[in-house]
Amino acid sequence: MKFLNLELAWKYVLGRKRAMTMSLFGIVLGIAFFVITQAQTSGFEAFFIRTILGTNGAIRISDRFQDMHGTVRMSSQDGRTKFLFNSREGTRYTEGISNPKLLRSALKQFSEISGISEILEGSAVIAGTSRSQNVEIHGIIPSEHVMVSDIENQIIEGELKTFELEPMSILLGKRIAQRLMLQTGERITLKGGTGNIRLRIAGIFETGVSQIDKNRAYIHLSTAKSFLGKRFSGSIFQLSMFEPEKAPEISAQIQETTSHRVVSWQEREQVWLDVFKALRISSAITVSSILLLSGLGIFNVFAIMVIEKTRDIAILRSIGFKPSDVSSVFLWQGGIVLFIGIILGTLVGIFSTYVISSIPLRIRGIFSTDSFVVNWDPSHYLWAVLIAVIFVSIASWIPARRAAKIEPAKIIRETL
Amino acid sequence: MSNSQEILLKAQELHHSFAEGVRKNRVLKGVSLQVEAGETTSVVGPSGCGKSTLLYLLGLLDRPESGNILLQGSDVTQSSDKIKTQLRNQSIGFIFQFHFLIKELTVIENVSLPLRKSGLNAEDSKEKSMLVLQQLGLESKATRSANKLSGGEQQRVAIARAMVNSPSLILADEPTGNLDSENSQKVFDLLQELAERDNLGVLIVTHNTDLALKTDNLIRMQDGLIVKDS
Repeated sequence: MKFLNLELAWKYVLGRKRAMTMSLFGIVLGIAFFVITQAQTSGFEAFFIRTILGTNGAIRISDRFQDMHGTVRMSSQDGRTKFLFNSREGTRYTEGISNPKLLRSALKQFSEISGISEILEGSAVIAGTSRSQNVEIHGIIPSEHVMVSDIENQIIEGELKTFELEPMSILLGKRIAQRLMLQTGERITLKGGTGNIRLRIAGIFETGVSQIDKNRAYIHLSTAKSFLGKRFSGSIFQLSMFEPEKAPEISAQIQETTSHRVVSWQEREQVWLDVFKALRISSAITVSSILLLSGLGIFNVFAIMVIEKTRDIAILRSIGFKPSDVSSVFLWQGGIVLFIGIILGTLVGIFSTYVISSIPLRIRGIFSTDSFVVNWDPSHYLWAVLIAVIFVSIASWIPARRAAKIEPAKIIRETL
Repeated sequence: MSNSQEILLKAQELHHSFAEGVRKNRVLKGVSLQVEAGETTSVVGPSGCGKSTLLYLLGLLDRPESGNILLQGSDVTQSSDKIKTQLRNQSIGFIFQFHFLIKELTVIENVSLPLRKSGLNAEDSKEKSMLVLQQLGLESKATRSANKLSGGEQQRVAIARAMVNSPSLILADEPTGNLDSENSQKVFDLLQELAERDNLGVLIVTHNTDLALKTDNLIRMQDGLIVKDS
């Protein structure tokens, strides 16, 4: 008795193989497409985030500011602040971090920060053998910078170790090296700042972000300080975090407590993140329409079935089935199609995502990849299943409710 | 009717009508009858006289506008749907003109349905259903699909389903209406045999006066009233 309604539902499903298969096909396609599109859009998004975290870190702390008139406070009688407004209007900025040592010790209080790298940024001209090019130089301490970036893996020629050991060496972006036809081990002249210095190319890196690869060069922080003539000021901090998604809150806290301009990666890359978000949502909406259509298909099949099965419903009622039993027979049918649809849809989704991830696709610009990037996220499957459950439940519930309302005596009388 | 036997079903002054647009069509205008254990009772009358409506009221598939229905001495007219559903499962067996078998199920699965619904497990239900099918000579058809049988066989399966749960009352609406004379006779004989052997009350609504004359009691209806009770 326990599973009698389910058994009956199963028999009815088997009795309408063609219609049920079409409904099933819709659910399978809907779930699979949902998973595939989400895996792709979020895959590219996640890859982009990894790239930007690996190049510019989770948080960047730059200029120190001093509020001149910007703060408005209103306090209650007991002294507790009720209202606080910080305006940056009239704020005086000082270029770079004012006291790196002090700020570094202050940042150690933030347990979420996993690494700090001091960087001195400036511009210079690299003179190759035949051509020269303007570049952005980043003075770094290699052992520190490894903690806040993915530079170790971004080096495509030469070695980071060589760079680390030789203060008068340089790491060049791939596009700079290509344009100036430079190779690892060659010497170049860096012009600008306080004069010219000769550096040996310790390695060539590729981040995938074309703006970086064609403009950036890394040199040692001490070398940069003397080259740019900024021995005691002007540097910035690049931070990495254990949980980069918390960057906005931590940035706000650091800014509030250290009076330095702090920018999280989310704020820095907001435009691109919004583009990815819009793509993800629009593809989810588009693909959900497949599930909606399959829901309508199921509704159609069940609505016709209720009409066709009125005599069965009448006989079931006459032998002791309650209205709720009758509706559960129809709901179970929806449940069976849904269950099989979820299993098959998920499997097709997994397989297709795997196949798509190996399709060659060369992208350079905001990141670097040679194949489709996919993101294996269980939440995509959960969302697809949730949407399918909602649509199929509604599609089954309406005819099931109608079936439960059928008066057996009326049906039998009308049949005769 | 004999007064010495147990009264299974008693209807007192049943009135019922159907709405036809704004007009009310009075189908039953005060019908009283009783069905006793071990006897067959037939209700005959022209089409539209209210005999099928009477059967559905007695089978608790519908609720009368007024009057009382007593099943084994208890007034069930105003019982809840839950109790009526339970009574339909355990005390009443229905047989309809068009057998109403579920075509997606096999013969034995169709017969087992009332047992499964009453809580018996699948294995025991099938065992018990097979015994009933054997009694009706249908054991060889047990695993066949219900719609692969002849009309007469399907009606016998419907009878098996009606009697499998050992009800005290069988209500049959034109059980032979869709059968040839040979099968009609077989079905009718079977119902009479069941009534005698299992001490069931059998109420048959039929157009077939020849068969009706062979039942223990004959009730004639016209225009929603009993015109002759013998």
